[in-house]
Amino acid sequence: MQAITNQSTATRWITVCALNDILPDTGVCALVNNQQVAIFRVGEELYAIANYDPFSNANVLSRGIVGDRNGIPKVASPVYKQNFNLATGECLDNAEISVPTFSVRVMDQQVQVGATQI
Amino acid sequence: MAKQNLVVIGNGMVGHKFLDRMIAKGATQNWNLITFCEEPRVAYDRVNLSGFFNGKTEADLTLVEPEFYQNNGVQMYMGDRAIKIDRDRKCVTSANGITISYDKLVLATGSYPFVPPIEGKDAEGTFVYRTICDLEAIAAYAKTCRVGVVIGGGLLGLECANALKNLGLETHVVEFMPRLMPVQVDDAGGLILKREIEAIGVSVHTQKSTTKIVSENGRVHRMTFADDTELQTDMIVFSAGIRPRDDLARDCDLMIGDRGGIVINPACQTSDPDIYAIGECALHQNQIYGLVNPGYVMAGVAADNICGVDSRFDGADMSTKLKLLGVDVASFGDAFAKTSGARELTISDAIQGTYKKLVVDETATTLLGGILVGDASAYGSLLQLMHNKTALPPHPEDLLLPPRSGGENALLRVENFPDAAQICSCNNVSKSDICNAIRDNGLTDLASVKQCTKAGTGCGGCVPLVTDLFKAKLKQAGIEVKNHLCEHFAYSRQELYHLVRSSVSSQGESQQIHTFDQLLQRHGQGKGCEICKPAAASILASVWNEYILNPPHAGLQDTNDAFLANIQRDGTYSVVPRVPGGEITPDQLIVLGEVAKEFNLYSKITGGQRIDLFGARVDQLPHIWARLIEAGFESGHAYGKALRTVKSCVGSTWCRFGVQDSTSLAIALELRYRGLRAPHKIKSAVSGCTRECAEAQSKDFGIIATEKGWNLYICGNGGMKPQHAQLLAADLDKETLIRYIDRFLMFYIRTANRLERTATWFNKLEGGMEYLQQVIIEDSLGICAELEAEMAHQVATYDCEWKATINDPRKLQRFRHFVNSDQSDPNVIRVEERGQLRPAYEHERQLLTIGQP
Ligand SMILES: Cc1cc2nc3c(=O)[nH]c(=O)nc-3n(C[C@H](O)[C@H](O)[C@H](O)COP(=O)(O)OP(=O)(O)OC[C@H]3O[C@@H](n4cnc5c(N)ncnc54)[C@H](O)[C@@H]3O)c2cc1C
Ligand code: HEM
Ligand code: SF4
Repeated sequence: MQAITNQSTATRWITVCALNDILPDTGVCALVNNQQVAIFRVGEELYAIANYDPFSNANVLSRGIVGDRNGIPKVASPVYKQNFNLATGECLDNAEISVPTFSVRVMDQQVQVGATQI
Repeated sequence: MAKQNLVVIGNGMVGHKFLDRMIAKGATQNWNLITFCEEPRVAYDRVNLSGFFNGKTEADLTLVEPEFYQNNGVQMYMGDRAIKIDRDRKCVTSANGITISYDKLVLATGSYPFVPPIEGKDAEGTFVYRTICDLEAIAAYAKTCRVGVVIGGGLLGLECANALKNLGLETHVVEFMPRLMPVQVDDAGGLILKREIEAIGVSVHTQKSTTKIVSENGRVHRMTFADDTELQTDMIVFSAGIRPRDDLARDCDLMIGDRGGIVINPACQTSDPDIYAIGECALHQNQIYGLVNPGYVMAGVAADNICGVDSRFDGADMSTKLKLLGVDVASFGDAFAKTSGARELTISDAIQGTYKKLVVDETATTLLGGILVGDASAYGSLLQLMHNKTALPPHPEDLLLPPRSGGENALLRVENFPDAAQICSCNNVSKSDICNAIRDNGLTDLASVKQCTKAGTGCGGCVPLVTDLFKAKLKQAGIEVKNHLCEHFAYSRQELYHLVRSSVSSQGESQQIHTFDQLLQRHGQGKGCEICKPAAASILASVWNEYILNPPHAGLQDTNDAFLANIQRDGTYSVVPRVPGGEITPDQLIVLGEVAKEFNLYSKITGGQRIDLFGARVDQLPHIWARLIEAGFESGHAYGKALRTVKSCVGSTWCRFGVQDSTSLAIALELRYRGLRAPHKIKSAVSGCTRECAEAQSKDFGIIATEKGWNLYICGNGGMKPQHAQLLAADLDKETLIRYIDRFLMFYIRTANRLERTATWFNKLEGGMEYLQQVIIEDSLGICAELEAEMAHQVATYDCEWKATINDPRKLQRFRHFVNSDQSDPNVIRVEERGQLRPAYEHERQLLTIGQP
C-alpha cells in the first residue's frame, strides 16, 4: 500500500494506530500533539485533515462519509454536510473555507502522522 | 365621486366568487362591498363538503384566505341573516337589526334542502346535508346510532350515504323513484349503479314512499312506507332535492318562477334592474342550476355588468362526473335523448358492472350526450367531442370499447383536441391555457401545472386529461425527466432498489448484490458520496436486513446510523430507547432516570411518547446501552430512516370513550415494524376512538378504532408541511389491517425516492388513493404476495442493533473519540439550565474557556 508521502526531512512521524484499526472507506480521529487529526482510509489511500468542522464548530469530521466528487476524494461533514477535499482541505461548497491537512503514511502496517503541519 | 354601496346577500360559494371577481377588477375604488353571511363562517367549498368526514377541516375547506376580506375593505356581517329588502328605500335589514342602503344588490342565497311533508319529519334524529353545521350535528348524533337512513337516492343522497357508512353506520338509501340518481341516469344505468352500491354494503330501497317517521323515547326509531313495509333506524338524513331560497325576493315582489327561483335575464338581473341574482337561487330560462360552475359563471357575468362591461349568461352545461361510494358515474349533455331524432347506443356489461350510453344525432355524426356508470374514464374526452362537435368515427361504439386493433382511439387523445377545448370545467381552463402555462413557465411537474392554471383543482374530474396533456407536452419538448441519484449512479433510488432486489432471484450466489462495492462495480462509477452511500445502505437494509455496522456497511451509514445515536450540534449524541406504544413500567422509568443521572444526561420527553437522553459522548454510548439493555430496553431507531414510534392513546383499557384496545395494537405494530429501514423515517399512531387523541391522521400510517374494527389512514405528515392522512380502508379486522400495512410499507420502500416521506411520495403518485387502493387492496399489480413475503423476512430477521454491538468487542472499538487515546473531546462544554446540562452557546463558550489551560 502506498501512503501519501509529501514528507519533508524534518517531519517527525508519530504512530497513531494499526492500519486495521481503520475500516476501509471510513475515518478515525487521532490525538497528535494535542491536535485532533481526522485520518481517512479511502481505497488504497490515506488522508489526514483537521477533525474540527468550522461550520458546526465541533470535532466531528472523522465521522463523515467519504467518497469523491468528479474524482476528487472528499469527506462530508456529518453535521451540516459540507464537503472537504481530503487532499487539500479545501471546502468544496465554500471556496473561502478550508481546514488544515497533515501528512500521513503507513509503516509496517502502522499508521503514522507527520507531527508538523504541512 | 362618492363610493356606492354594493350589498351581497349570502356568502356561499357563488357569493364569495362574486366578491372575489369584483376585487380582482379593482371595483373597490368605486364600491363599498358589504355582505351578509348567515352561516357562522365565511364561504367554504360545499362541493367537497363530505371531505369533512374524511379528515378535511374547516381550514382545508375554506375558500377565503385569512384576512382577504379585511384587506380588501369588504364589510362582512358574519352570522347575520338578511330578513327584508325594501326596494322603495333601497335598503336591506338583517336579523341583528342592521339596516344598510344599497345602490346595487346581489342575491346569492343558494338553496335549502327540501324536506318532504312526512309525518314525524321534525323528530329528534332527522337531519339535512348542506352545511358544515349540518355535518357536525350528523357526526355528533351518529355516535349514538347503529343504523342510518338517507331519504333520496340522488347525487347528494348517495354522497351522504357514503358519509354515514364511513361514520360506521349500517346504511340504507330510500328512493321514491324506481331508480337511483333519477335525474342523471336512466333505468338500466340506475340498475347497475344499485348493484354496485349494494355490493359495497349500502342497502338500496327504490320505489319506496315514506309515509311516517315514528319516534320512541323522543328519538327516531323507525319509518313506515306506503307499501306497508317498515325499516328500523336510529337516524334519518333528508336528501330529497333542493329548493331555491327565494323568500326574500318573493317578499319584495321580484319576479319568481312557477316552481320557485328568482327570475334573471342573461345579465343576471332580476325584474328590478338594481338587483341581481346568481347561483342556485337564480332561475335562468326556467332552469335552476344546482352545480357550482354555472353559479361561478353567473358571478362573473354579474360582476362584469355592474362594472359596466357587457357580458351574458347563456346557460351552462350540466354535465357531471362523480365517484359515488367508489362507483364512477357520469352524465353529460342530452343524456335522455330528448333532442328530436336523437339515437341511443348502449353497452351494458353486467359482469364488469359497467353501463355506457351515447346519444348521437340523427345521422350518427355528432355526439349529443351520454351516461357512464361503473367506468367513466372516457368522460373527459367524450365531453370534448360533444362540445367541439367533432365528427364521430364510423362506429361510434368504438369510443366506449377498448380499441379494436391495438392503439388507442386517436379521437379521444388529448393531443388531438382543439386548442380552445375546455379541459377543466370547474375553473374554465382551456387546453391552450394549460399548454401556454407549461411553455411560458417551464413547468416540469404536474403539481405546478395545477397550481398555476387551477386546472384539476375543482371536482378533480379532469385530472387524467391534465396529466395526459402535461406528459404529451413534455415529451414534445423533448424533456426527459431525469431522476438520477447522484453522479455515481445514473439510476433513481427506485431503480437501484429494483437492481438490488432482482439480484435476489437470479441464479448463483455471485449474482447477488449484498454490498455497496458490488453495486458500485456493477451499476455505478467513482467512489460514491454522502448521497448514494446512505441510500444504498438503506436499500441493502430493506432487502437483506443485515447488521448495519458490518464492515462493508459501516462506512456507508450517515453518522447517526454509524453510531446508532443522534448527533447533536456539539458532536455528542442523544439516546432514545424504544418504548413501544408509549407504554412504560415504573421500573423502566427508574432505570432511565438512573442512567441519565449516572451519565449526566439532559432528559426530555419526545413527541413520540418516549424519553430522549442528550449529551452522551461517543465513548459513553456503549456503557449507557449496556445498562439499558440489561433493563430490557432495545434500540429505538431514533437515529435511522426507519420506523420511529407507534404512538397510542390508552383506548378502551382505561378511557371511557375507547372502543378498541389501541395500546395493545400500537405495541404489536411497533414490535412488528421496529428496525424496518425505509427511504425516510416512518411514524405511526393508534387512537382508540374517533376522538383521535393519538393524532393518527398526522402519521405515515395511522389507525383509528371503530365499533367494527380499525380504520387505516396513510400518508399523513406533521412536520414542515403538515398533511392529513387519507383513509385507505375502513373497519378492518386486525389480520387484514396488518396485511395492508405490510403491503403499503413495502410498496413505499420499493418505489419512493431517497428521503421522500410517504406524504410527498403520495402527492406525486399518479392515480392517488384510488391507485393505492387498487395496488394494496385489490392487488392490481399482482405483487402483494411478494410484498408480504419481503415484510415477513424483515420481521423474522430483526435484531436489536445495540445488543449486537455491545456483544462484539471489535465493533466497540469504533466508539472512542480518539483512536489512540482514551481521553474525551475537550471541546464539549456544558452549562446548566433549569437543573440540567446543555451545550454552551458560542458566546458562552468564549467566556467559559477564558482562563482555562
Ligand atoms: C354535499 C354537496 C355536494 C355537492 N357536490 C357538488 C358537485 O360535485 N359539483 C357541483 O357542481 N356542485 C355540487 N354541489 C352543489 C354546490 O355546492 C352548489 O351549487 C353551490 O354551493 C351553490 O353556491 P351558492 O353560492 O349559490 O349557494 P350556497 O353555497 O348554498 O351559498 C348560499 C349562502 O347564502 C346564505 N344565505 C342564504 N340566505 C341568506 C340571507 N337571507 N342572509 C344571509 N345569508 C344567506 C346561506 O346560508 C349560504 O351560506 C354540492 C352540494 C352539496 C351540499
Ligand atoms: C375526555 C377527554 C380527554 C381527557 C381527559 C384528556 C386528557 C389529556 C391529558 C391528561 C393529557 C396530557 C397532558 C400533559 O401532557 O400533561 C392530554 C394530552 C393530549 N390530548 Fe387529551 N384528553 C382528552 C381528550 C382529547 C381529545 C378529544 C383530543 C384530540 C382531539 C386530545 C388530544 C390530546 C393531545 C394532542 C395531547 C398531547 C399529547 C402529547 O403529549 O403529545 N385529547 N390529554
Ligand atoms: S382516542 Fe378515544 S379511546 Fe383514545 S383516549 Fe381519546 S377518547 Fe379515549
